[in-house]
Amino acid sequence: MTHKTIQTTCPYCGVGCGVEAKVDTEKHALKIQGDKNHPANFGRLCSKGSALAETIDLSSRLLQPQIYGQNSNWSETLDLVADTFSRTIKEHGPDSVAFYVSGQLLNEDYYVANKLMKGFIGSANIDTNSRLCMSSAVAGYKRAFGADIVPGCYEDYELADMIVLIGSNAAWCHPVSFQRIRAAKEKNPNLKIVVIDPRRTASCDIADLHLPISIGTDVALFNGLLNYLDKNKACDKDYIEAYTEGFDEAIKTATQDADLATLATYCGLEEQDIEQFYQWFAEHKKVMSLYCQGVNQSSSGTDKANSIINCHLATGSIGQPGTGPFSLTGQPNAMGGREVGGLSNQLAAHMELTPDDVARVATFWDSENIATKPGYTAVELFDAIDEGKVKAVWIMATNPVVSMPNADKVKAALQKCEFVVVSDCVARTDTLDLAHVKLPAMGWSEKDGTVTNSERRISRQRPLFSAAGESKPDWWILTQVARRMGFEKAFHYTSSAEIFREHAALSAYENNTEHGVRDFDISAFSEINQQEYDDLQPVQWPVNTENPAGTKRLLTDGKFFTPSGKAQFIALTPRLPANLPSKAYPLALNTGRIRDQWHTMTRTALAAKLNQHKVEPFVEISPDDAEKMQLSNNSLAEISSAWGKMVARVAITASQLQGGVFIPMHWTEQFSSLGRVGALVNPVVDPVSKQPEFKHTPVKIQAYQPAWQGFMLSRRELQFEQPAYVVKVKGEQFYRYELAGNESFDDYSLWAKKQLCTDTVGMAQWQEYQDISQGSYRAARLLDNQLDSVLFIAGQSALPERNWLTSLFIKPELSKEERSALLTGLPPLGTPDVGQIVCSCFNVGEKTITNIIKEKGLKTHQEVGQCLKAGTNCGSCVPEIKALL
Amino acid sequence: MNKPRLVVIGNGMAGMKTVEELLSASPDKYDITVFGAEPHGNYNRIMLSSVLCGEKTVEDIVINDRQWYQDNQITLHAGKDKSVCKIDRGTNTVVSEDGTTAEYDRLLIATGSNPVVLPIPGCDLQGVISFRQIIDISTMLDYARTHKHAVVLGGGLLGLEAANGLAMRGMDVTVVHSNAVLLNRQMDTQAGTLLQQALEKRNLKFKMPAQTQALVDDGNGHVKAVRFADGSELACDLFVMAIGVRPNMALAQESGLHCDRGIVVNDTLQTYDPSVYAVGECVQHRGDTFGLVAPLFEQAKVCANHLSGHGMAEYTTLPTATKLKVTGISLFSVGNYLGDDDCEFIQFSDLALGIYKKLVLKNNRLVGAVLYGETADGGWYQQLLESAQDLSNIRDKLIFGQHYAEGNAYNDA
Repeated sequence: MTHKTIQTTCPYCGVGCGVEAKVDTEKHALKIQGDKNHPANFGRLCSKGSALAETIDLSSRLLQPQIYGQNSNWSETLDLVADTFSRTIKEHGPDSVAFYVSGQLLNEDYYVANKLMKGFIGSANIDTNSRLCMSSAVAGYKRAFGADIVPGCYEDYELADMIVLIGSNAAWCHPVSFQRIRAAKEKNPNLKIVVIDPRRTASCDIADLHLPISIGTDVALFNGLLNYLDKNKACDKDYIEAYTEGFDEAIKTATQDADLATLATYCGLEEQDIEQFYQWFAEHKKVMSLYCQGVNQSSSGTDKANSIINCHLATGSIGQPGTGPFSLTGQPNAMGGREVGGLSNQLAAHMELTPDDVARVATFWDSENIATKPGYTAVELFDAIDEGKVKAVWIMATNPVVSMPNADKVKAALQKCEFVVVSDCVARTDTLDLAHVKLPAMGWSEKDGTVTNSERRISRQRPLFSAAGESKPDWWILTQVARRMGFEKAFHYTSSAEIFREHAALSAYENNTEHGVRDFDISAFSEINQQEYDDLQPVQWPVNTENPAGTKRLLTDGKFFTPSGKAQFIALTPRLPANLPSKAYPLALNTGRIRDQWHTMTRTALAAKLNQHKVEPFVEISPDDAEKMQLSNNSLAEISSAWGKMVARVAITASQLQGGVFIPMHWTEQFSSLGRVGALVNPVVDPVSKQPEFKHTPVKIQAYQPAWQGFMLSRRELQFEQPAYVVKVKGEQFYRYELAGNESFDDYSLWAKKQLCTDTVGMAQWQEYQDISQGSYRAARLLDNQLDSVLFIAGQSALPERNWLTSLFIKPELSKEERSALLTGLPPLGTPDVGQIVCSCFNVGEKTITNIIKEKGLKTHQEVGQCLKAGTNCGSCVPEIKALL
Repeated sequence: MNKPRLVVIGNGMAGMKTVEELLSASPDKYDITVFGAEPHGNYNRIMLSSVLCGEKTVEDIVINDRQWYQDNQITLHAGKDKSVCKIDRGTNTVVSEDGTTAEYDRLLIATGSNPVVLPIPGCDLQGVISFRQIIDISTMLDYARTHKHAVVLGGGLLGLEAANGLAMRGMDVTVVHSNAVLLNRQMDTQAGTLLQQALEKRNLKFKMPAQTQALVDDGNGHVKAVRFADGSELACDLFVMAIGVRPNMALAQESGLHCDRGIVVNDTLQTYDPSVYAVGECVQHRGDTFGLVAPLFEQAKVCANHLSGHGMAEYTTLPTATKLKVTGISLFSVGNYLGDDDCEFIQFSDLALGIYKKLVLKNNRLVGAVLYGETADGGWYQQLLESAQDLSNIRDKLIFGQHYAEGNAYNDA
């Protein structure tokens, strides 16, 4: 049978939505919709999840093992990896090797990687990209609760009477959760929503109050709240007394700079806004605080997390329906990574590198060589590679050359590293390009295992297709290497179910009052068989004898996992970001996600419709700063820090506060020559969590003035002479290249033909336009009156919008009018121009929306939806539609 | 009552246009006498090629028939023997070959031009003609019926029209051109090449660049072949010379009027003799001589204004647009189409569709244009050129025509 319907889990953010895939094995095609029965999304999907079917093409996949750029076979490649790691360990000790892994790995892959490094190589040099993402949240929970516990669940969105979003643009980064909150707000208009974010993001769309806080000042704001709660008798004294410790100390520290005016200045906020927020927090019984990277990615990230948790402890709003601190995880399996022990300072199954835990796990694993001390955290790890301390590294399912701070240094470190192994499902990433050994891993739609979402819910990622090429599951690759390194007995796995069973058994192992109770307990699955594993329904841990159907909320009974059993208030002194703006670098760089891309774009950029919302690396800047720096909208700017520089398109917006800029994190060298923002980010980390401060780096910005700018659109993916600035964008039947160069052309026409005539199919016809003294050249290449390619180069003059030109690629042939209008870049008069795409799901452009609003006098986004369907699927463009209204 | 007498030498387009203008400005001012060397009324010489290729008849191209002269009380002396052979400025008298005389108070010389004849051996053989008059058409049509090989010397407008006409009349036609580019006085290389390709599709052959050395006698005083400087020969029954015209100023020169390359006139089209005016291809104005119809008509207007005594108008030469009258081929050229070191160029081409355009700008003002294949905006460019307006703000859409340039500006992308 070639058609089947399979329930699986989305591979993007930590919401962990259930996906129902109708699979056509013969055509290698999918139809995707949300799984109506999955408790994370109840059938909803965001723009990215909806476009999953467009990302399964095999053309960009790594399909065969490669050694030094040459195709190889598994046996030889695994031998080389195992031998090199073994030899390095033998010569330089276990700490001379490292794994750098990822929240994209499934629990089973993650478990095996962690077991190999910590249990058998004997080093804790395994860290994960989750270090960049939620290690501050983890550290915060551990300090307060004694364990990495997210107490609440998604259902609390509907039960809360106030939700505070802190450093989270959930509308774009966790769209389905945001939609759920929006729906809750629509159903219950009394639900107060407060957004605390330096930027006025799309999430402010549903906010009753937006606090545009200065970056890094959250601890002061929440200290102030704690103080306010105390002063206004809003604290739950009984709860504090019964279940917590350290309240007095925390209050004492919090009142040190308690005066509201001082606080308002410090945080860059209006006094009355702060007071309003405090008053609401005090008045409402059921308050949820949702926080994400704006809290975590800070040199005081752990303190920020604890400053929020402090307030929930003070009001006792924790572990009860509709309450609690709730960190949103970035990756599909960030939470799972925490469970298996993917961070270099954890051991496994929420056990630490303490003598008791080490002994326990060593017994369970039957290991004589288990790590006893923490290994390098991400930033330390790449520094150690740079210094030659780590000589062999294996990177799995992540792209540190793009995602790490001070990313150029990471790149240089890998360039000089003796042995770099990279497992990935795609053929090219900035990191893979530096690999000595490339290992083809299975990707989403092939992999078989489990992931854990933000609410501790374990869901199955199920295979939809058989393996692409020679790709293998990550756990299989690890197992094979482990066996070759002499650890056959401990790495006997033949299925992911077997690994999951062991993972569950470890969570159960000596997890009792006698040895100490651990929060992470999925003992119910210690004996799970293949069929049960295949049929596993989404379930929230703990899953054990007491809670065989899982557990919605934790910490309901006021019992915590600290030595005293009581929750800890942490006394916090606010600290500003580590590097403050200076005369040389006057602006604070903030980084983050955009709506339609995921991480380093290896998957999302395959879906044409996800590339149309934001096509180029851009830098958001306030109108005042733009004027000061003499930048015009849509021009190019060079942004530089003490660590690196990049070039991005200027987007002037009032949503950006003066004194700062925002740049998305996604672009890599695969898509942009100068678009890696990671190169600029300061390699400063939080002292507790070691999470880097991605949200604050001092930078300067100036106009980037190339000799020329232009763009190229082609039906084909082109190999061409790269000018200084190139951004590649896949579109619907075309590739778009945004270009800028510093070298002028001897002969435009010759250059164009050299770049665009790389195929020899058919008789090419050319249209050309040139105004050499203006540095202006345009050309179109046609095959049988079908548009093949277009090139526009301009000196100083403006370039046309690309929308109309790109729309021509879906046409089998051009009309006479279209052909004669081609090099104007403008549609023949009377042809509608849709404008910039707003709704990715239904491909609806801004001009189409504004026209219908004007024409029909539409008032609401629902009316726009009725007319154009825009905003009616994933809903993440609703804020933008509302802005147009 | 005695009206002043106006004598016009030349019954061509320039002279008669002046008369028409004069009649409309001051209908009864003069007693008018016209001398013409061709035995017809006044006809549209530039339509001769349409007659040759059969799209028009001679009747179609007549502007003023003999009846018109009568109706306007104009004395017409037309025919070979009526060609004027002397101007006596002492007695204000002109004399024709057959002795007809006429006295004038004002004289208008509109003797036009003569085709240039290449002075090579054999240039006086039978079958060697120019393309200038109605009689030349009759000759060509006779040859087309009885002979096969035609060679047209000259790849200019007239030569190509002649060649096209002869080909349409069934002859095997080769155009011989000394330049490598057709219409090199109006077109640049790209446009010339497109034109050549289009004409080749119509079975015209080209030998260019080529120097014609001699015409070969068939032994009976008739041309049988053309010999070139490279030694090659081409069979030839009819040899049409269309290598340009020269102002016909002999008569004026003999009468002692100041001439240079043409009869020198001032901005009112007056010669050095205040009672003598001159218009058309025979004149030289501020160093320019003329070969296209548009400036002639403008001269006619100015001259008529002065003859009628209004004395207001001044003639300036404006760039003139060129069109080739070959059905299915549209080209347009105006102004300084080649440009110079101070000029900037905007070009557009879609060669597969046979479209090529070039605009020549100086200081963001249009000074020249070549359009091939798509010429609808020719008139607009000519206006822009004449108005000399600054085009900076529409420069990047200029070549796409009025429709685009006057439409929406680019939104910043």
